[in-house]
Amino acid sequence: MPGAEALNAAARRVPRGAIYVLGALPAVFLLQGLFAGSLGPDPAKVVERELGLTGLQFLMAALAITPLRRIAGINFIRHRRALGLLAFFYIVLHLAAWVVLDFNLLWGEMLRDILKRPYITVGMLGFAAMLPLAVTANDAAIRRMGAAAWQRLHRLAYLAALAGALHFLLLVKTLTPSAVLHAGAILMLLALRVGWAIRRGRIRTLRGA
Amino acid sequence: MNGQGARLRYSDVTPERLWFDRRRLIAAATGAAAAGLLGLPARALEYRKSGYSTGDEPNSLSDITSYNNFYEFGTDKGDPKRYAHRLTTDPWSVEIDGLVARPGSYPLDDILKGMPLEERIYRFRCVEAWSMVIPWIGFPLASLLERAGVEPGARYVAFETLVRPEEMPGQRQPILDWPYREGLRLDEAMHPLTILATGLYGQEMPNQNGAPLRLVVPWKYGFKSIKSIVRMSLVEKQPPTTWEMENPREYGFYSNVNPQVDHPRWSQATERRIGASLFSARQPTLMFNGYAEEVAGLYAGMDLKKQF
Repeated sequence: MPGAEALNAAARRVPRGAIYVLGALPAVFLLQGLFAGSLGPDPAKVVERELGLTGLQFLMAALAITPLRRIAGINFIRHRRALGLLAFFYIVLHLAAWVVLDFNLLWGEMLRDILKRPYITVGMLGFAAMLPLAVTANDAAIRRMGAAAWQRLHRLAYLAALAGALHFLLLVKTLTPSAVLHAGAILMLLALRVGWAIRRGRIRTLRGA
Repeated sequence: MNGQGARLRYSDVTPERLWFDRRRLIAAATGAAAAGLLGLPARALEYRKSGYSTGDEPNSLSDITSYNNFYEFGTDKGDPKRYAHRLTTDPWSVEIDGLVARPGSYPLDDILKGMPLEERIYRFRCVEAWSMVIPWIGFPLASLLERAGVEPGARYVAFETLVRPEEMPGQRQPILDWPYREGLRLDEAMHPLTILATGLYGQEMPNQNGAPLRLVVPWKYGFKSIKSIVRMSLVEKQPPTTWEMENPREYGFYSNVNPQVDHPRWSQATERRIGASLFSARQPTLMFNGYAEEVAGLYAGMDLKKQF
């Protein structure tokens, strides 16, 4: 793709730390809005929702790195870890907002909901899938585990994204454009992987089986 | 006290003269705020207080007018405030038909003529597990139904909201099966707590809250309190209602506030009071939204888990 080379060169010049700083800005704005009282009548819900949505979008961005490289030749792989860790950071904050702002530490209520409410169960599952990824998001872990095992483990990102999409779809009262678009984009990102795996013969098609 | 039990109210401890002064001050201030907010001269309404009001502190006018579920204007809670100013509410008429002695299309002015208005400060509980306290201005639905003359055989009242996609952008999309429809059993409709509201905070109803005429049934989830009503039909059979049509597993015809019957996707045991402190807004939900004393009798012998 024309322009890809220039983009790649530019991406190489962006220090890794810059992504973390820029990525933290939405959280800073939310916190500022919370203290300034500018988030409307239900600030708790706004904070909770925006943190969740931002986390999901960072996860989608991390999952877009490989397709961008393979399809368009744009290589942002240098920044994928930052995107993944930012996704985790926002999902942790999303969970904290649920615990503190939404449920005011009513642990019994929350536990019942985790077990009984499919969208919360699925959301928790997505969070759980991200934990080992965050813990191993460093060079030491890759060396210790070996690249192949590390890559296998990090396929949990697909599960996390799928859980995130489902969590979103299950919680809306009517299918909102936002929920449908996010879920659609995630399905596309995952479908690409399935397509590549089939082509490599890693997944046997029905005829092959 | 209208047989309301012995819950204390501000009016019990504050001299009436001061109380009225305070109320006038608040009404004047909020009225001015509302007018500024909407860019319209909000008209003050004449009303008297009601023994049916709760002593809970009402939410601010700003909370009440900027956090609305009114899908005719979009699914975001800020959409109604953003777009409802386009709605023409004058002229307005309401079709009253079905099993009534005097059916017809009634101009709003005729409906309001000789109808004394009351302030009813009610708790308002949304099915999404948030709540507010709202100082409605309105009159009992029963007064209007009596005027229209309910005929024997009528057992339910069906309501419909205006359909006008040119002014209601949400209706240009198939978010719900328009028109929005609601219904009550006749005894629920005739209950003294059930009102048709024409205003709040002493002023004419802001468009985003369902101007010019909306239902308020304080012991049911908010979606039962249908907005911008253009039709009421007295009917024999239980009418279809919008959210029940949309998802009958999740929304029932009765939809009484009931902490023991969960929505399939979320618990109804607690609610968050909008406007309360961020760290303590969640509170237990009361049976029939705290109106059990007045309305539990309507449902004697019914299994509320099945007829939810």
